[in-house]
Amino acid sequence: MNGFNVKFGFRDNFLDNLQPVDFLYHTRVSTNGCCATINALGLKHKELNDLLRETVLQGSTELVINNVFGQRYIGTRLFLPPEANKLHIEVNKFPGNDLGAFLNGHQIIVHGNAQDGVGNTMNSGEIIVHGRAGDVTAMSMRGGKIFIRDNVGYRTAIHMKEYREKVPVLVVGGTAQDFLGEYMAGGIVLLLGLNLRQGEPHRASYIGTGMHGGVIYLRGCLAEHQLGKEVGVFPPDDRDKANIDRYVREYCNHFGGNPDQILNERFQKLVPVSLRPYGQIYAY
Amino acid sequence: MYDCLLPEFVVERREDSCIRCRVCERQCANEVHLYDTELDRFFLSEKDCVGCQRCVALCPTGALYVHPRQADYRPNSSWTRDKMQNLKKQAATGGVVLTGSGNDKPIRVYWDHLLLNASQVTNPSIDPLREPMELQTFLGRKPDTLKIEISAGKAKLASEMFPNVPVQIPLVFSAMSLGAISYQAFKSLAMAAKEAGVLFNTGEGGLPVEMRDEYADCAIVQCASGRFGVDLDYLNSARIIEIKIGQGAKPGIGGHLPGEKVSDYIAQTRMIPLGTDALSPAPQHDIYSIEDLSMLIYALKEATNYTKPVSVKIAAVHNVAAIASGIVRAGADIVAIDGIRGGTGAAPLATRDNVGIPLELALAAVDKRLRDEGIRNRCSVMAAGGIRSSADAIKAIALGADGVYIGTAALVAMGCTLCHKCYTGRCNWGICTQDPYLTKRLNTELTSQKLVNLLRSWSHEIQEMLGGLGVNAIESLRGNHEHLRGVGLEEWELNILGVKGAGE
Repeated sequence: MNGFNVKFGFRDNFLDNLQPVDFLYHTRVSTNGCCATINALGLKHKELNDLLRETVLQGSTELVINNVFGQRYIGTRLFLPPEANKLHIEVNKFPGNDLGAFLNGHQIIVHGNAQDGVGNTMNSGEIIVHGRAGDVTAMSMRGGKIFIRDNVGYRTAIHMKEYREKVPVLVVGGTAQDFLGEYMAGGIVLLLGLNLRQGEPHRASYIGTGMHGGVIYLRGCLAEHQLGKEVGVFPPDDRDKANIDRYVREYCNHFGGNPDQILNERFQKLVPVSLRPYGQIYAY
Repeated sequence: MYDCLLPEFVVERREDSCIRCRVCERQCANEVHLYDTELDRFFLSEKDCVGCQRCVALCPTGALYVHPRQADYRPNSSWTRDKMQNLKKQAATGGVVLTGSGNDKPIRVYWDHLLLNASQVTNPSIDPLREPMELQTFLGRKPDTLKIEISAGKAKLASEMFPNVPVQIPLVFSAMSLGAISYQAFKSLAMAAKEAGVLFNTGEGGLPVEMRDEYADCAIVQCASGRFGVDLDYLNSARIIEIKIGQGAKPGIGGHLPGEKVSDYIAQTRMIPLGTDALSPAPQHDIYSIEDLSMLIYALKEATNYTKPVSVKIAAVHNVAAIASGIVRAGADIVAIDGIRGGTGAAPLATRDNVGIPLELALAAVDKRLRDEGIRNRCSVMAAGGIRSSADAIKAIALGADGVYIGTAALVAMGCTLCHKCYTGRCNWGICTQDPYLTKRLNTELTSQKLVNLLRSWSHEIQEMLGGLGVNAIESLRGNHEHLRGVGLEEWELNILGVKGAGE
């Protein structure tokens, strides 16, 4: 339109030149009863999510998505009444950012690594990643469960929160980067450290900075300086042990491994020292 | 607590008029008035008076008079009384000095230096009482071009259209969350928005489920860094989704609803445990760049099946034009700019008074930048922060805004007297408190009617001024700087505002 515009252009990486969904449905999807197999190769994220929605509207409840390479928001747009109809979605290869963002009740299984923002503001359902996950995993999550087989990135479980019976759970098989559980306001995080050598400490520093609710269970060792100043370390009590037991067994159900062997190691409980960490910093 | 502070207000009681009805005692949540039955006399605790004028307004005999107490210290134009008072508060507590409402410092109000045009001779003015005058505005992205296909004699729109939300008047209530303000105040805003055909903004405190059926249709819901109450039902019930990046009253810092305000109802709406602090982190932790912002914008569009415009609200800061350009390129349908005089329920005084830039300059800069880059049609621009009157609103539209957010003006219409003590949770007017004894002072029917009246009078005034300009649709005024002239402004200010000096 003008010189300025031509020079920089306005590229819409997400919305330009989209293929129509009915064309995609006929070329990319093969169904067998309520199962559908989708080939996501080369699709833009909106095309893939259009296709997922269309496939579900056509009656499929079990979806297998193959050749996923970086497409974002898988599962986000599947907020469809009736809510009772929960979907089972298998993702092969590597989903993009915000996998299962705002997820509401569906189950997503990833055979590969996930990127940043897994389960961002997730409401309910289950995400199981046979691999690693990136930064801000389970950010602001408020319900459902996430299982990550290997490591997670920075600021995992940041601002996770709970309300009454809605308690989110994140189980990480490996270790995490810095700021695990920052601002955490509720929910349960289980960090198993299975890929750490004997005596090797967890990677994260500033664990639980600003934490004011919820609990982090941590297997393996940790130096004092790795903790944020708003958390205290305690041995798990009976209720904690029941929690740990339950989620370790679920983890092993998904990924294999011997739960008793994992449970044999020492667990520590990290909880906030105050529900109001910043209650005293103001002059009224 | 602060034993060396002088009272800020003088409370005077005309003993000959006072009938000892004790209204003042019951109305004051700060316990300034105390009646001793045995002695038949009132005792005063002046140091607790915040000057909200509730007792004065409700005294049936007009016996009370509350006025600011002049600084009794030695006059000093550098070390003013409030500077000294804050130092004493800090010395006593070691804490951050809090304040509420908007910036009260004498930073230049550019609205007062901009004057509107009117038609004389060469162009007829229009009488809005007898001629149609269009104020309806559509918020959202507009297509670059309109393609029309004609087949078999019928015209059909071929361009892709984007979700747009109509408002009958380009005035929208600012984001004020349930929790910061009372349920009664929140609901009054919703009711008024519904009746007047405009929108209200839930802020980041969620939208109560039982209000969704009736009021979600006129709600802008916020997705802020705390993500309180955000789920798919919340997002899908609204008309517009707003990502809150910043707030004019406290750019760059987060929010903090103290635990004592998190009542059962607030906890339920925000979906957090009772009595814990509701902390909104300063940044959204999934947004560290324009690319990340784009990720959240499209996450919200995905979550709502691309049926709703997504707005991004930022505080007016340095380089705001470049930031706004990035926001539009990231895919936002609406950019909301909140200037330094925007209000708040609680903010550190140092931040409120010193961080950010005036809305007028930011708005003009953003509008110019978006036009220069040829992307102005891709978003609507909302102006917020210190819009005090219909004249400010119409000037904002002439400077390039599509619509105007009104917050403080709406609060004043509800009863607020700008005492700046919102953060104490003891609002005697029942607006910024969760205490049921105080909140029941606000009757939602009456209060929403006041708000509707406010919108009606502003819309009449805007129509009158538009008619005077010889313009019969608000669209024709938008971004039309020719209708503005500056007085008492320096050259650089005129340049940034993009207006000529008066007389030119």
